[in-house]
Amino acid sequence: MSASYWLFFIFAGLAVLGAFNLIWQRHPIHSALSLILVMGSLAVLYLLLGAEFIAAVQVIVYAGAIMVLFVFVIMLLNVGEEERTQWSRVATYLGLPVAVLLVVQTGYLLYRAVPMAIRVDPNRFVGTTRRVGELLFTDFLLPFEVTSILILVALMGAIVLAKREP
Amino acid sequence: MLESVWLIPLLPLAGAIALGLFGRQWRQRVVSALGVGSVGLTFAAALGVAYEFFQQDPGSFPRVQRYFHWIAAGDFAVPLTFYVDQLSILMVLVVTGVGFLIHLYSIGYMAQEGGYYRFFTYLNLFMFFMLLLVLAGNYLVLFVGWEGVGLCSYLLIGFYFLRDSASAAGKKAFLVNRIGDFGFTLALLLLFATFGTLDFAQIFQGVGDRPTETFNQVGVLTGISLLLLCGAVGKSAQVPLYVWLPDAMEGPTPVSALIHAATMVAAGVYMVARFHVLFSAAPVALAVVATIGCITAFYAATIGLVQTDIKRVLAYSTVSQLGYMFLGLGVGAFAAGIFHLVTHAFFKALLFLAAGSVIHALHGAQDIRTMGGLRKKIPATYWTFLFGTLAIVGFPGFSGFFSKDEILWQTFVSPYGSKVLWFIGVFAGGLTSFYMFRLLLLTFHGDSRYTPVVAERVHESPRVMTRPLMALALLSLAGGWIGIPAALGGKNYLEHFLAPVFATSRMRMGTAGVPHTPTEELELMALAVGLALAGFGAAYWMYLRRPTLANELAQTFHGPYQLLLNKYYVDELYQKYIVRPLDWLADRILWQAVDVEVIDGAVNGLGFQARAAGDWLRRWQSGNTRSYAAWVVLGALLLVTVLVWVMR
Amino acid sequence: MVPISYYLVLSGVLFGLGVVGFLLRRSIITIFMSIELMLNAVNLAFVAFSYLHEKLSGQIFVFFVIVVAAAEAAVGLAIIILVFRNRASLNIERINLMKL
Repeated sequence: MSASYWLFFIFAGLAVLGAFNLIWQRHPIHSALSLILVMGSLAVLYLLLGAEFIAAVQVIVYAGAIMVLFVFVIMLLNVGEEERTQWSRVATYLGLPVAVLLVVQTGYLLYRAVPMAIRVDPNRFVGTTRRVGELLFTDFLLPFEVTSILILVALMGAIVLAKREP
Repeated sequence: MLESVWLIPLLPLAGAIALGLFGRQWRQRVVSALGVGSVGLTFAAALGVAYEFFQQDPGSFPRVQRYFHWIAAGDFAVPLTFYVDQLSILMVLVVTGVGFLIHLYSIGYMAQEGGYYRFFTYLNLFMFFMLLLVLAGNYLVLFVGWEGVGLCSYLLIGFYFLRDSASAAGKKAFLVNRIGDFGFTLALLLLFATFGTLDFAQIFQGVGDRPTETFNQVGVLTGISLLLLCGAVGKSAQVPLYVWLPDAMEGPTPVSALIHAATMVAAGVYMVARFHVLFSAAPVALAVVATIGCITAFYAATIGLVQTDIKRVLAYSTVSQLGYMFLGLGVGAFAAGIFHLVTHAFFKALLFLAAGSVIHALHGAQDIRTMGGLRKKIPATYWTFLFGTLAIVGFPGFSGFFSKDEILWQTFVSPYGSKVLWFIGVFAGGLTSFYMFRLLLLTFHGDSRYTPVVAERVHESPRVMTRPLMALALLSLAGGWIGIPAALGGKNYLEHFLAPVFATSRMRMGTAGVPHTPTEELELMALAVGLALAGFGAAYWMYLRRPTLANELAQTFHGPYQLLLNKYYVDELYQKYIVRPLDWLADRILWQAVDVEVIDGAVNGLGFQARAAGDWLRRWQSGNTRSYAAWVVLGALLLVTVLVWVMR
Repeated sequence: MVPISYYLVLSGVLFGLGVVGFLLRRSIITIFMSIELMLNAVNLAFVAFSYLHEKLSGQIFVFFVIVVAAAEAAVGLAIIILVFRNRASLNIERINLMKL
């Protein structure tokens, strides 16, 4: 039982716990913090899968920028805990079983997709920054440039939407 | 001129269109000039065509003038063709000539009536269709004319459309005609199926190649002939489809004269004569023609004996005389039948117009029981009416004498005739004489039975009405002289004139050279004349000498009298056993069940379903975000399910 | 050394939890965060498959997903701020109806 074995289960468990907590908590700030925990755990799991660059990006961008934005907004709006109001009947009685079914089926699908024998060795296939960069600037150049425009548009959109009217 | 034969139907059409579009705004004089002028020009054109005809070799006829492609649909090609031969030229002359006189007369008769321009529009339109019918070179063009005259008949019978009885009569005429026309349409279909064309010349050729069908070997030609006869029975008011003609008297008198005496009702006769080739190859059909004609001649005459409306008597007389024409055709004497058509056009138009003059003089009275003693008051009308009466009863020398006699003689001697038919025909002639003289005597002789108020205003009709009467009277006398038979020393021009037309049939039927025993023919003639005189005598005795005799007889023979007076209750029978059940069928079944429930139900049902579906779907668009979210998840689940289970 | 399918199952579980949160929570922000959770779960699946097939394109795709998630978060939060200004509440029941 190597280190990667235990690491997987620890951080997978943390991820699941974090996700569960996200749903469970009433105050959004707690949910946000749980989500950060999930992201961090996922970053470790990426490392276990050999995706160095992605793990770093996950921590820097996702957990470090996006979630910070979330926390800012939550604190800005300062809504407080969620009220207890009526549940949507459709959402509960239709949605919940469906979601469960979805999970089960997807899990089954994914489980069966791959033979059990294949095991993860973090050293076998490593997504180094160099290699990812190479691909980004050659095969995936166009999407890369397009995303820059996308960010620009989102930037302008956010500013236009959120600014206060004078 | 012959190439321009298309002018003949076109001129009245142009008149009808012009009058129809603009007549309302023009003064009466202009309408009269245009309405009568168009027909006058047509008559002139007809004369022109006839003149040119006589310049040419009779053997070069029939000529077919082809004008343009009317229908061209794959195998089915129908051009507009006119068929010019002796028969059609004769018919055109009669139609345009008599029509012209009647148009003239109408100027006077309709002067005070409302809708003056409408009258002439319809009348011109009628002339167009009738001429189209007579000149047609194929069955479809003929059918257009056939239906067209029916349409105009409807329009003109119901001319005084504000009167319920008039519009009902118009509808009745159209519907009864339709029944006959259904047979005609079936005949058209059979003709096309059998010969692959509707062209006269080609069909006549095709029939010539086929053997004669006999009583034991009935074939498609007999079927076609019988179906065509259906149409003729409807259009020419024979038994059992005659019921519309007496009611048609609701129309103005010139209409009765033109359409229901001289021309339209003669269309059936013309049609059978035109298709003699078909009929002569189907003796069964011919026998039916003769029988129907004979029965009708007798039957209608009996009804005419007791009628009290001056126009009704003439109407039944028309039905009866048409029966004679059919009798002539049915025994193979096509020329004789046409001869009687021509003379009948003259004297019946005359009788109707004269009756109209009487009605005009008495300011609308039509019941002969309220007339009498008009002889001295309206002499022109009286004398012309007398001429017409003499013609119709077959007084020697007058036109009717020659034509009716020819028919009776042919019935007697033709291999397709029979003595029985002859006997009934001769007897009907006696009845004809009786009821016609009854009409004459009650109207013009004896004591005046009209009120003094009317008496003050009795006056002769204007010249525009009496001149045509005189012209027709002359024709009623002299018109028959074109057909004086050999037995009386004449040359029978008409028979020889029409001989080329009917030559093929006469050869097939073996009637080409019927032995003429002059004495036999003279004997029969004498018998007929004698019966006519007897009829006159009886009428004179009953209505002048012993006026009360009529009522006494009516009382004594109450049953038969009522039967005749009520026209054998045929209208009532039709109403009860045919009209009512059909009406019920149309209402309860076709309307309420099929139309309302099935068809409307289907259409409305579709609409209802669409609305119900929309209503049901509408609820899905709740605007509720959370339920939308749930549905999205459901969709995702479905996709995954498909991936897992279906697309292994 | 864990079988690769464990990673995939984990991804599925996380995704399912994201869906549940999406359906059941009442605050818009929390719903939004559930969506982010779903995105993360998918990212994990992509990386796992990238390892499996030994192609880097899976990780490239994750990269783009993160970029788009960032843009989306920015605009989405701006909208949430606007909604809060108009309705003074983040309860989805209050701003439930798309009809005004």
